[in-house]
Amino acid sequence: MSIAPPPSSSEILARTKPRSGHPLVVTIDRKSAPRVVFAGNELLEIDLPVGSRCIYPRPPMEALKDIDAAIRFALNNPLGSEPLHAKLRPGMKVVIAMDDVSVPLPPMRSPDVRERMLTVILELLSDHGVEDVEIIIATSIHRRMTADEVRHVVGRRIFSRYWPDRLTNHDAEDAKQMALVGMTERGEVVELNRRAVESDLLLYVSLNLVPMSGGHKSVAVGLAGYKSLRAHHNPSVMRDCWSYMDPTKSALSTSVERMGRLAEKALNIFHIEATVNNRMFGSGLEFLHKNEDDWTGGERAAFKGLAFTLSKLPEAARQAIFQRVPAPYGVTGIFAGECEAVHEKTLERCYAQYLVPVQGQADILVLGVPYISPYNVNSVLNPLLVQVMAQGYLFNMYRGAPLVRKGGTMILFHPCTDQFDKEHHAPYIEFVHDILPQTLDAMVMHRMHEERFATNPAYIEMYRRGHAYHPAHPFYMWYWGEAGRQHLGRVIVVGADNDYIPKLLGYETARSFPEALAMAGGGLQAPEITMLHTPPIVMADVTA
Amino acid sequence: MTPCNNPSEDGREAIPLTVGSPQTKTREVPASFFDVDGTLVRTNLLHPTFFYLANQPNPFRSLSALARAAAGGPRMALAEMVDRRRFNELLFAVYKGISHDRLLLLADEALDAVVRRGLYPGARDLVQRSLAKGHEVVLVSGALDFLMERLVKHLGATGHISNRLEIKDGYATGRLLRPIVAGPEKARLLREWAKEREIDLGGCFAYSDSYSDVPMLSVVGHPCAVNPDMRLFKLARTYAWPVIRLDMGKRSAARDLWERLP
Repeated sequence: MSIAPPPSSSEILARTKPRSGHPLVVTIDRKSAPRVVFAGNELLEIDLPVGSRCIYPRPPMEALKDIDAAIRFALNNPLGSEPLHAKLRPGMKVVIAMDDVSVPLPPMRSPDVRERMLTVILELLSDHGVEDVEIIIATSIHRRMTADEVRHVVGRRIFSRYWPDRLTNHDAEDAKQMALVGMTERGEVVELNRRAVESDLLLYVSLNLVPMSGGHKSVAVGLAGYKSLRAHHNPSVMRDCWSYMDPTKSALSTSVERMGRLAEKALNIFHIEATVNNRMFGSGLEFLHKNEDDWTGGERAAFKGLAFTLSKLPEAARQAIFQRVPAPYGVTGIFAGECEAVHEKTLERCYAQYLVPVQGQADILVLGVPYISPYNVNSVLNPLLVQVMAQGYLFNMYRGAPLVRKGGTMILFHPCTDQFDKEHHAPYIEFVHDILPQTLDAMVMHRMHEERFATNPAYIEMYRRGHAYHPAHPFYMWYWGEAGRQHLGRVIVVGADNDYIPKLLGYETARSFPEALAMAGGGLQAPEITMLHTPPIVMADVTA
Repeated sequence: MTPCNNPSEDGREAIPLTVGSPQTKTREVPASFFDVDGTLVRTNLLHPTFFYLANQPNPFRSLSALARAAAGGPRMALAEMVDRRRFNELLFAVYKGISHDRLLLLADEALDAVVRRGLYPGARDLVQRSLAKGHEVVLVSGALDFLMERLVKHLGATGHISNRLEIKDGYATGRLLRPIVAGPEKARLLREWAKEREIDLGGCFAYSDSYSDVPMLSVVGHPCAVNPDMRLFKLARTYAWPVIRLDMGKRSAARDLWERLP
C-alpha cells in the first residue's frame, strides 16, 4: 500500500474555493493583506490561502448614555417580578452576590458596571432601612479575589465600607458555611453558600460577557461547591454540549437550569444582569477589531510598531502591558427581575453583539490563542488554559453547527510555554505533569483521579487561605475541552517553544503556518479553511 | 520499629517514640506528617521550655534555671545555625533536675498556656481535612513527647514522633534519648514508620515551615510548605510544592509582593 505525499501548501491553496457570505465573513483573495493573529501576548501576521474565510467580530454596539438611569429603570421596572423596592422591608437580611474577576476580559475600565449597580442598590437598601447587608463574591471554586482586585471592581467607597467583614469571597470548602438546598429530580445536589440561603433576599449582580454566563449559572454555580459542580462539570455532560454558548443545546446549561430552578423555588432571588459591547481595545489599538484590508496607513504603521515592540520585549513585560490595560467596554443593557425573564433579554443582547452568520463548516479552523482567559487574570496563560481556550472557548464560539467539520483540524498559534503561576495555578502544575502523562482520556481521569486530587488537603488550604484555584479546577479545565476534543480530528500548534507540552495536550506541532496547512490538508482535495478573527469576541452562527 | 522499645538507663520502659498503633489493615491509606512548631503553632521549642523553667517549685529555682538557660543562649544560637540536633540537645539540657512527676503535672498547663494559644487559625482545619481523607495524622516534632501526646489528643491526630527526655531515679537528666527528632533524622524516622506499617510514602503528605525539614518533605509524595521561611519558600517554588499560609496576620506587604514575583 502506498501513501500519497501530503499536498504542498500551494496545492492546497490552488484547490481552495472562494465562498461568499456576510460582510463580516471575508473571503481571502490574491490581493488580501496578511491577517493578524494573537499568539499569547505577541501579534503575528499570517497569509491565509486564497479562498479561505476570515470571520470578523461585529463592531461594538452603541453603549448606554446614562447607565445609572438604566440601572434605576431596571430595578423599578423589572421583568417577571415586582420592583426591588417593593421587596424591601426594614430589618431584613440581604445578601448581594456578584461575579468574580473572571469577567469581563480584560478587566473593565473603572468604574466597573458592577460598582455602579452596587452603588444604586446599596442606596436603595439604605433608603428602605435595610442595614443587614453582606456582599459575597461568587467565586465558586475559582481563586479568591485579592483586595486590589475587589477594590477595582466595587470601587473605593464600597470597598472601604464593606471589606473585609461584609464583603467576602465565597468559600466552597467551608463546610459550616455551605447549606443543602435540595436535590433535583436527576439527583443533582444543590448546596449553596449558607449566608445566601439564609438571607431574606438574595440579589445577584452579574456582568454577562458571553451567553454561557449569567442566568441560573450565577447562583447555582457561583455560590456552589464541589458537591454541586460535579453534577455537570464532568466529561459525560461536557460531551453533550453543542455548544456552551447555546443554552438550548448544552447539557451543561440544562443541568445548571434544573439546579437553578430549585434554588429559585427555595430562595427569594432577584437578578440584575448587565451586558457589555465588545470594545476590548481602547484608542490606539482599535485597528485590531478591523479587517486588515481596511487599515489606514497609520493603522498599519501602528500595528507594525506594536508587533515589533512586543517581539523585542521580555515575556513579563508583554504580559504586564496587556494585563494592565483595562478595556473600555460600553454597557449595552441592564435587566433586572426574575432569573429566566432577565436572562432571555441578556442573551438577545449578547447574540446581537457577537453572532455573525456563516454558511457551511470548514475542514480547517485557524485560531490565534490570546493572552487571557477567564482563569488567568493577573497571571499567565499556562498550557492547560491554552487547551481551554482552544478546544474549550474558541471551539465553542458557535451556534448551530461547529465551525469545523467532525474530524476536522484546528490550527492554533501559541508558544505553549511550560509556565505556570505557582500560586494561582498550583494544582494545575501537578495535573499537567502528573495526571496528563498518565491519561488524556477525560473519562478515565474523572473515574480514577478526580476525587483523590480534588480533596487534596494542601491544595484546598491554598484555595481557602491563599489565591489558588480549587484542585478540582484543572480537571474541569480538561473536561471543558472535551466536546472539542471529541469533535476535532487533530490540533496543530504553530509557534510552540517546546514539543513536550503540545504532546502532553495531545497536539501536533508545526514550525510554520504553511507547514501546519500542509499537515492539515493531507488527504483532502480542497480543504476549506476558516479563521476566527478574535479577540474581540465573535460567535459564528453556522448553518451546516 | 527499634526506637519504640528503647529503654532508658534506669531500665524503665521508655515512652514509645511513636504513638498510635500500626494499622496494617489500612496500608493503602496514606498518612499526613506535620511538623508542629511554626507549622501548626506559632510558638517554638523555647516557649514551653520557658514555661517549665518559670514554673519551678519556688521562685528561686525558677530564677536560677532561667539564668542557666540564658547563659547557654549564645551556644544554642550558634548550634541552631549549624546543627538542629545539637540545638535540641543544648536546649533540653536545661530540664536537668526537674522531676518526672512535675514534667507531667505541668504538661496540661503548658499545652493550654503555650501551645493551644499559639495554634494558627486553620491548623485544626488542615488536620481535620487530612483525617477526613482517611489519613493517619502524625505530628513530627522536636518538642517533648508528653506535650505532643496532649496536642495529638487536642487536634484529634493519630500519633506523634517526638523527642524524649532521659529520666533517672524519677528526675530528668537533661539528656535526650536517641534518636533525636530533628533535621534529616525526621526523614529516617518517617521511612521507618511507614515501612513498619507498609505504607507507601509516595501517597503521603508532609507539612513543614522550615528549610531544616527538607529531608522530611523530600521523602513523601506530597510535600507542602506551610508558612515557609525564605529558603524553604524558594525551594517550594522551584519544585512547585504547594505553599500554604496559616500565618497571614503577621505578613508584611513587602513579603507578599516578593512572593508574587515570577
